[in-house]
Amino acid sequence: MSGFVREMRGAYAFVERNVNLIKRYWGWEVVWLIYSLTNALAITYIGNGMGMISGQEIDTQYVVTYLLVGALIWQYLSVIFYAISEMIAWERWEGTIEYTFMAPVSRPTHLVGTTLFAIGYGVVRTLAILGIVVAFFHLDLGGANIVGTVIMLLAGSVSFVGLGILAAVLPLLYPERGAQMTNAVAAILLLISGVYYPVETLPGWLQVVAKASPATYVIKGMRSCLLDGRSTLELLPTALTLVGIGMVVILLGLIIFRYVERYAKRSGRLKRSG
Amino acid sequence: MSTQHSERTNALALDISEVRKVFFRRDRKKGKRGPFARRKKEEVVALEGIDLTVKRGEVFGVLGPNGSGKSTLIRLVSTLLLPDSGTMRVFGHDVESDPFPVKRMINRVSVDAAFFKKFSAIENLLYAARLYGLPASEAKPKMREIMKRLGLEEKTFDQPMEHMSRGMQQKVAVARGFLTSPILLLLDEPTTGLDPHSKRDVQAFVREIRETHGATVLLTTHDMGEADRLCDRIAIIDKGRIVALDTPEGLKNLVPSRNGEPTTMEDVFIELSGRTFEDAEAEEEGS
Repeated sequence: MSGFVREMRGAYAFVERNVNLIKRYWGWEVVWLIYSLTNALAITYIGNGMGMISGQEIDTQYVVTYLLVGALIWQYLSVIFYAISEMIAWERWEGTIEYTFMAPVSRPTHLVGTTLFAIGYGVVRTLAILGIVVAFFHLDLGGANIVGTVIMLLAGSVSFVGLGILAAVLPLLYPERGAQMTNAVAAILLLISGVYYPVETLPGWLQVVAKASPATYVIKGMRSCLLDGRSTLELLPTALTLVGIGMVVILLGLIIFRYVERYAKRSGRLKRSG
Repeated sequence: MSTQHSERTNALALDISEVRKVFFRRDRKKGKRGPFARRKKEEVVALEGIDLTVKRGEVFGVLGPNGSGKSTLIRLVSTLLLPDSGTMRVFGHDVESDPFPVKRMINRVSVDAAFFKKFSAIENLLYAARLYGLPASEAKPKMREIMKRLGLEEKTFDQPMEHMSRGMQQKVAVARGFLTSPILLLLDEPTTGLDPHSKRDVQAFVREIRETHGATVLLTTHDMGEADRLCDRIAIIDKGRIVALDTPEGLKNLVPSRNGEPTTMEDVFIELSGRTFEDAEAEEEGS
C-alpha cells in the first residue's frame, strides 16, 4: 500500500470521526447553534438600535450589514479555530488520546483530516446562521464582490488553521485547563481584530497588537468586498500575504506541537485525562 | 552494525537495555503555600535498569503488583512515553528515534479500555482501522469475525459503547488490538476486572493468535495464574526493578516447595520481594 493512500485513510479517519461526534452529540450542536445565532442577532440589533440610542440620524442599514458581516465571518473563523484547537481536547474528554497518539498517523495527517472537517463544518454552520439571520434583517449585498469574499475567506482560513494548531498545544500541556485556555485565545482575537468595530477605535497599543492578528486583515478585506465592492485584483496582494502568514503560522504550529508532544511523552502527560 | 548484532536484532521482537524512567509529582505537603507558590517536585522512579529481550513469537509476561512499573514499561514500548535513559528496540527499530515503523508493528490493549463512548463498537473499530491504513472493505468483515470469536453477540456490534458492560468493552478493546494484525501485541492487564468466563475467552484468544499468527505478545498482569498459564517466560517486577526472569517452571524451581504443596508464582514473589503481593500493592497505593 502506498504511503499516500495510507495517510489519506488516516486523514479520513478524523473527518469521519468528527462527523460521527456531531451526529452523536446533536443536542450540543443545537444548543451551540442557538447560542451562536442569538449572539449574531443580539449584536446586529445593537446596530439596528444605534439611531435610537444616540438620538442621531445614522445609516442604520450600513451599520447592520457591517455588524452582521463581522458576526458571520467571526462565526466561520472561530469554528475553524475551535475545531482544530479541540483536536486534542476531544481526545482528552473521551480518554482516547493514547490510542490516537500510538497509531501510525503523522501529526500533519491528523491536521489535514481535522482541517478538512473544520472547513466543511464551518461553511455549513455559517450558511445555516446566515439563512436564519436574513429572515430578521435585510442584508443588502447588491454591489458585493462575492468571488473576492470567498478568496479572502479561504486565505483567512489558512491562518486560523495555524492559530488552531498553536492553541491545540494547550490541552496537551495542561490536561485539566488547556481547553478553557483556548477560549481566552479566541476572546483576545475577537477583541483586537475589528470584528464588530474598526480597529482604529482601540487604544494605540492595542492597534499595534491588532496588526499581528491575521483576522484583522481577513475581516477588513471581506468587509471591503461585501460592503464596498472592492475588486478581487485589489485584494489579491492582501490574500496572498494572508496565505503566506498562514503557512508560516502552520509551520510554526507544527514545530511547537512536535516539541510539546515530546515534552508530554517525556513527562507522562498523555496519560492524564482532563 | 555487525552481522552478529544484526542477526541477534532480527531474532528479537523486543530488546530493552538499561531503561530508566522517572516521573515528577508535586508534593502538596512540602514547599511554599499560596496560589503562586511553586510546590516542590518529588522524584518517583517508575523503572530502573530494565534489561530484557523478547524473542519473536514468544509470550512474555511481566508480573508485578499495582504501581510496580508494568504499565509504564508498556507505554514506553508503545511510544507513548520517552525513557530518561537506555534504549528500546522493536524488531530492530529504536522506539525513540524511529517510532513510525514501531507504531505500524504494534498494538496495545490496556486495562482501561478507552473508546468514543457514544460510538458503536463498529464505529470505534472502523476509526482504528483507518488510523492504521486498513480499507473499510477489509476491516469490516475482520472486525465482525474477531468480535464473534471473542464471544460478543452480533446484536451488540451497533450498540453505543456506553451501553456495554465492562467485560464487553474490554472484549472490543481486545478486538481493536488484534484488528490491525500487530506482530508485537502489548497487553496491559487485558483481563483485569473481567468475569471468569470473559477472562477465559480472552486468554484462549491470546493463545490462538499466537499459534495461528505467530504474533509476539508482551503481557503485563498481576494475575499469577494467568502469567503461569499463558507465558513462555516471565519477568517479576517490583518497585520498578526486575527481580527475577525465567520460564514459569524455572521461577518456581527457585523456591522450595512447602508442606509438599506445589510452588506457586505467589510463593516466588514472596521469596524474591520479601512481602506478599497484597502488601506490595498496599505499599504502592500508600506511597
